[in-house]
Amino acid sequence: MTTTTIAPAVISGTQPSPLRIGPAKAVRHGLALAGRGIVKIGKSPAQLIDVILTPIVFLLMFVYLFGGAIAGGDVAGYLQTITPGIMVMTVFQASIGIGVSLNADASTGVFDRFRSMPIARSAPLVGAVLADLVRYVVCLAVLLTLATVMGYRVQTNPAAALAAIALLIAFGMSFSWISVYVGMLMKTPGSVQGLMTVLVIPLTFASNVFVPSQTMPGWLRVWSDINPVSLMSDALRGLLNGGEVAGPLFGSLVWMAGVVVVFFPLAMRAYRRNAA
Amino acid sequence: MSYAIQAEGLVKRYGNMVALDGVDLEVPVGKVIGVLGPNGAGKTTTVRILATLMRPDGGRATVGGYDVMKDPVRVRGLIGLTGQYASVDESLSGRENLVLLGRLLDMSKRNAKARAVELLERFELVDAADRPISTFSGGMRRRLDLAASLVGRPQVLYLDEPTTGLDPHARNEVWEVVRRLVADGTTVLLTTQYLEEADQLADRITVFDHGRVVAEGKPGELKRRVGGQTLQVRPTLASDLDEVGRILAELTGAAPARDLNTGLLTVPVADPMLVSALVRRLDGAGVAVDELGLRLPSLDEVFLALTGRPAEESKRNTQQNPIAERNVA
Repeated sequence: MTTTTIAPAVISGTQPSPLRIGPAKAVRHGLALAGRGIVKIGKSPAQLIDVILTPIVFLLMFVYLFGGAIAGGDVAGYLQTITPGIMVMTVFQASIGIGVSLNADASTGVFDRFRSMPIARSAPLVGAVLADLVRYVVCLAVLLTLATVMGYRVQTNPAAALAAIALLIAFGMSFSWISVYVGMLMKTPGSVQGLMTVLVIPLTFASNVFVPSQTMPGWLRVWSDINPVSLMSDALRGLLNGGEVAGPLFGSLVWMAGVVVVFFPLAMRAYRRNAA
Repeated sequence: MSYAIQAEGLVKRYGNMVALDGVDLEVPVGKVIGVLGPNGAGKTTTVRILATLMRPDGGRATVGGYDVMKDPVRVRGLIGLTGQYASVDESLSGRENLVLLGRLLDMSKRNAKARAVELLERFELVDAADRPISTFSGGMRRRLDLAASLVGRPQVLYLDEPTTGLDPHARNEVWEVVRRLVADGTTVLLTTQYLEEADQLADRITVFDHGRVVAEGKPGELKRRVGGQTLQVRPTLASDLDEVGRILAELTGAAPARDLNTGLLTVPVADPMLVSALVRRLDGAGVAVDELGLRLPSLDEVFLALTGRPAEESKRNTQQNPIAERNVA
């Protein structure tokens, strides 16, 4: 280190307008911290146990245990219907883990260091959300491999399948901001886990993932039809099995945008308070 | 004189608890200021405010001329933070931590790697660079923390209790690093519970107690403010103790205290010139001495006089309840 000169403001006494971090820099900081998250997953792959086991358990359980009863014997057809739905459900469940890990992480000293650096305030949170890409990819790879072994086949084309996967990952990242918010709000990782589990059940089970909403009583059907998990499942069935895409896709995108618009600022505010 | 840090009337409350009750602080560029005080005195709260991690409820502060509340990003560009809170990521290696911080500070991948190597070499961590941090000793951990706070070449460095919990050897290592940084022109704000540490490193010391500044000055000034100097003499032969005691009493007009175990005679003096007179008298009497000197009161005595509590007691309380300041500050 050479001779240090302190900022010119000391000498001149002038105050320039406050420095802000531009969006391009914020993205770069977020990506650098996403890299940190991915390296961490690589060092302790045990963190992936939930995204490996959940798709296996759900697929086996629903196809072989309940499938016969629900689908009236047409297990092969039921597999074709619920695979896209289970993709949505498991990615959705994978997306809530983030609040728990961030809650633990944000109380460690390293977050104080990030806060004391000239980087975007959002970067540690954005980085964590982006690093979850690895979890989604692992989750979907396990699920699609097992489903294929069990007899599932994509009916459309590879481009549509890739679009489905990209859309689903974006869906997971959007909805993970709810979990980030709860993670910043709660005192302990345990309470984050508890609250998120309670929130997730009506979203995942009260949907058309396992049964058609036509079989539900009217009030539940109303919810199931506007449930983002249902909409996303329909969009994925369209993209993977063929059928209508535009309507459910539009509904899903509205949900994703809405959740980010509401929960990103809330999470940021909670994160700032958390610091003080 | 230009100041790296200026704070005026900082107030911070947690509910009914007042953590900071109007703290003023000034640190000239390139100097080391030691903030000394027991746990709960408000040292860490002050650092957190100056590091833009926390907003004060009252008062204002500038770092490098930039307001910590109005222009926090510029302040963050000037500072480095190390200590109890700002640490490193345990699940990454030392090298990965340093490279990540470099990347966050907008260095290219190549520059970030080069900077990491430079710091690892400087802090003698090259061999451990790729090992898990959990295998590090306390001293290595602290050196890595310091390295991490220096990636961006900060002009103002906050060291929040940098040697708490370190053994004397590791403490000396950290002190050496701090001295080198200061020699390079870095301004340092150091909080500590160790009087010796502040005395060793700081140009000026600010003493905190219960969220207030209770004393401020150069280490020597503080010592003088608290009490006079003492003259200490240790005759080579125990049989000379009486003779030396008589001479001391004659010169100072007070009976010296005698420590029979160490053979040390101690007497308060008002006039430091007495030392030369004493040497002549001892010479004349043919008495050989092993030790003869003027001593300023220790900072422990300073602390007792300024706060009404001995520093040792506060230190002991700290060790019994290490969580206390974390919740409070």
